[in-house]
Amino acid sequence: MEARQMSTKPRIVITGLGLTAPNGNSLGEFRANLLAGKARIAVIDVRHMGRHPAGVCDFDATKWQKRKEIRNGTRVGSISIYCSREALGDSGLDWEKVDKSRVGVYLGITEHGNVETENEIHNISLFGNDTKYWTHHHNPRTVANNPAGEVTMNMGITGPHYTIGAACAAGNAGLIQAAQMLQLGEVDIAFAGGVSESIHTFGIFAGFKNQGALGAHEDPTKASRPFDKNRNGIVISEGGAIYVLERLDDALARGARIIAEIAGWCINSDATDAVLPNPERQTECVRIALKRAGMKPQDIQIVSTHATATALGDIQECTALRAVFADCPDTKINNTKSFIGHCMGAAGALELAGNLPSFDDGWVHPTINIDELDPECAMPGLVINQPVKVERVNTILNNSFGMLGINSALIVKKYGVA
Amino acid sequence: MTKEDIKQVVLDIIADIAPDENLAAVKPEVRLRDQLSLDSMDFLDIVMELRKKHGIEVPEADYVQLASLDSCANYLLPKFLAKSGK
Repeated sequence: MEARQMSTKPRIVITGLGLTAPNGNSLGEFRANLLAGKARIAVIDVRHMGRHPAGVCDFDATKWQKRKEIRNGTRVGSISIYCSREALGDSGLDWEKVDKSRVGVYLGITEHGNVETENEIHNISLFGNDTKYWTHHHNPRTVANNPAGEVTMNMGITGPHYTIGAACAAGNAGLIQAAQMLQLGEVDIAFAGGVSESIHTFGIFAGFKNQGALGAHEDPTKASRPFDKNRNGIVISEGGAIYVLERLDDALARGARIIAEIAGWCINSDATDAVLPNPERQTECVRIALKRAGMKPQDIQIVSTHATATALGDIQECTALRAVFADCPDTKINNTKSFIGHCMGAAGALELAGNLPSFDDGWVHPTINIDELDPECAMPGLVINQPVKVERVNTILNNSFGMLGINSALIVKKYGVA
Repeated sequence: MTKEDIKQVVLDIIADIAPDENLAAVKPEVRLRDQLSLDSMDFLDIVMELRKKHGIEVPEADYVQLASLDSCANYLLPKFLAKSGK
């Protein structure tokens, strides 16, 4: 079926945002570090694997949770609650007056339950692998809706909640799901985005290492280097970015500050390989998102790439982008993983967030850590190592791809611009 | 090991599983649930920590014996003494 333009459906806008990234616990801090070229990657002890670079968030979980909630819940639950509460504050919603049954929570995740399961396997190994020492908290911690469910319990939300499992396309997928539910009238307010606690599972590290795709560098802040000729893999990070989404009419009626409008999207599948991306399908994904937004490639001012610094994945995405944006000399292309590593389920949502202030300040943050550009990743609009100021930014295309060949492209635009 | 020691063992466990609670004024004769914010999962945590830290088993039929600090002490003291061989 041909992709249809979205103009006949209710318009969806972003009116709030909360985030935690390895280099910032608010949009202001995150943005300042992106424009200043400041990466922040730590070196952590990974169970069974020694020390590896990883993006670690340092938000204060006790700001919004009791210590018992933190103890009984999960790390990603705390990330989700922090981001949701911060997003609520940013939105200006009068929470006391909001009908909580009309609020939905839709969070993208790459995976969930690995951390808690590994912890319990380790725990019972200290007791002769006797399962009577296995915690009764295991199931509520590992059900796939856990992060979203923890948000509803913390905030008293009684509308729908669930997670969207979409590998590393999850951040976009959470936002897309929310926009669809708002268009259907299922909810009036949505908390949506992506979250990840993946640095706490050795299995993710071991899996990437044995796939030859785990990034390393003597300087951890240089370990994540998409598009660089000497890139050597992914830096795994934790984080979250959760947005408040509403229908435009509702947002205008309450006088909300509109951060951006969701203009178009696409999610499709490669149907070819579990780990090797397919540029042909990625191209299709971007083209369909453009069509649904009623835009041409030339209408896009920033392309926020997914590239994770794997040898082949970066080239595949560049191949796809060249196919779409060949005649777009003014389109800027950047990458946020070079600063914060790969935040997995949160990646797409965080990378979009880092670019949103461009609507107001006209700056495009770069992709950093490029000492020698891989010729196979060369693109005319690639912003390398230093931010650039442009005449205007009214549109952002946010790519996010994942294993099992899931591709997502999300287009947002500055509100009030035709 | 005395009943007062047992009460402190239980309080130490509660301090860990319910860190937001003020335990200074807990009345030993009053049901823990009536004076602290504890739910069924928390009581399972008490059972688990007794098992992990002290090797004490509390069968499900006896969970009711953990209602107050006094009942904990009465119920658990023979188990701790048996464990220590005294």
